[in-house]
Amino acid sequence: MEFFIITGIKAALVAFVLLTTAAYLVWIERKVLAHIQLRVGPYRVGPHGLLQPLADLIKLVTKEGVLPAQVNKFYYLLAPFLAVALALVSISVIPFGKQVEVFGYKTYLELANVNLGILVILAISSVSVYAVALGGWASNNKYALLGGLRSSAQMISYELPLALAIVSPLLMCNTLSLREIAEAQAGFYFGLIPKWHIFQMPMPQLLAFIVFLIAGFAETNRVPFDLPEAENELVAGFHTEYSSTNFAAFFTAEYCNMVTISAVATHLFLGGWNPPLPEVISNWIPPAIFVGFSLLAFYHATQTSPTRPWDKYTFPVLGVVLLGLAGIFTLPLLRDALTPLFWFAAKTGAILFLFIWVRGTLPRFRYDQLMKFTWTFLFPVSVVQLLATGILVAIVN
Amino acid sequence: MPSTYPEQYFPILLQVLLGVVVAAALVGLSFLVGKRVKNKVKDTPYECGVNPIGSAKERFSVKFYLVAMLFILFDIEAIFLYPWAVVYRDLKLFAFIEMFLFIILILSGFFYIWKKGVLDWQLEDEQTFQQKKQVLK
Repeated sequence: MEFFIITGIKAALVAFVLLTTAAYLVWIERKVLAHIQLRVGPYRVGPHGLLQPLADLIKLVTKEGVLPAQVNKFYYLLAPFLAVALALVSISVIPFGKQVEVFGYKTYLELANVNLGILVILAISSVSVYAVALGGWASNNKYALLGGLRSSAQMISYELPLALAIVSPLLMCNTLSLREIAEAQAGFYFGLIPKWHIFQMPMPQLLAFIVFLIAGFAETNRVPFDLPEAENELVAGFHTEYSSTNFAAFFTAEYCNMVTISAVATHLFLGGWNPPLPEVISNWIPPAIFVGFSLLAFYHATQTSPTRPWDKYTFPVLGVVLLGLAGIFTLPLLRDALTPLFWFAAKTGAILFLFIWVRGTLPRFRYDQLMKFTWTFLFPVSVVQLLATGILVAIVN
Repeated sequence: MPSTYPEQYFPILLQVLLGVVVAAALVGLSFLVGKRVKNKVKDTPYECGVNPIGSAKERFSVKFYLVAMLFILFDIEAIFLYPWAVVYRDLKLFAFIEMFLFIILILSGFFYIWKKGVLDWQLEDEQTFQQKKQVLK
């Protein structure tokens, strides 16, 4: 009984955190893109535009959900439904940290402790192709049809290098459970270099990591692979005809998928929640970072300009909150539970930042280049990388 | 700790239910909250202001079917690799040689389709287009 209650609480918590992360990822993306392009980005709603996601949500909900005349109604509504439901399901097998004890009850920081975690994620990511393809087809719009077709071909093509890139770290840890994969990457070489899969002997998985990231970008329809929604040729691609919350569903799903794929990359290649340095040092990094940022906030509080009067109050509050966080990370009882969570979030966040950075930097592929790239370059490269890993692991171990 | 199968997969089932609820709420909200104004022009497919000509359900390039077929072939190969990777520690070189032969077989098929031009999405140049036209005549 206890198990079911705790699972229920965890499920609600995970869904809430994921949706909030997705919403704020949009804010972060707009901010980062704005700064790359020398703009300020969202600034009006709340301090530094922090309430912008909420405003966007209210706007989208109160808009009219247009149902065009000739659409196939069932499939037209099924597509956004599938997209967001599947995006929420795939997070359920990802562990976030080590075992913790809450009120005397030991539990893992994850929803489902399944020994086939990776296969579940692959299966769900295959099904989510349907959302895009159906949405494009049911809209009865030429742009949408083209976008949906392109997208389904692109997603299934890039699924291949993605699946192959996952296998080569699996050769070294011999398990499909994401928790065991993360645990297999604990420890250090010479007490310094972490045993993450991108560094691990006998075959550092750097190449597989790069292939995985490229394929992950294509799987989530991100720049430079955002052909399905190429604005300047297809209006908005497969979701041209969608409005209101139906559009929001596609949007949410895209950002949730980004979070999931970053989390999987963290587990497979970047050592999950294992710290980058031995624990003697790395335990002090999170408090140090929080203290540093709080000092920065206090400094900015003294430097307020007359055009931003609210900074006088918001920055000190932020500084105190950050100091409090730093304090929490030094308590030995909470530290053991929170530090792994911190490293996991930091690595996932770094990959998510890479997603945004790439979007602000790279131009889009042409469609024939895109297909040629995966079939004639990415696929052979990942096969060769897999065979090289195989022979090295077989000989050395 | 969860040890039995139902206990392992119960959280996923719960998450599926949660996902269905959230998704249904999102899709349903637009019908409950937003006001609705219908008229004939608004209901036509969006084509940047131009009146749409014909249906959108037109014919499209056969390449998309080819990619789907190739995907099924090669993805099955990729799925075979997963159990192989799990037992790799026990079988070692034996497993490697077995899988090497399998991958070579798959790759020979891959190079065949590559040479046949299935993976080439570029528009064919004028000369080959004329040649094909001649053959068809």
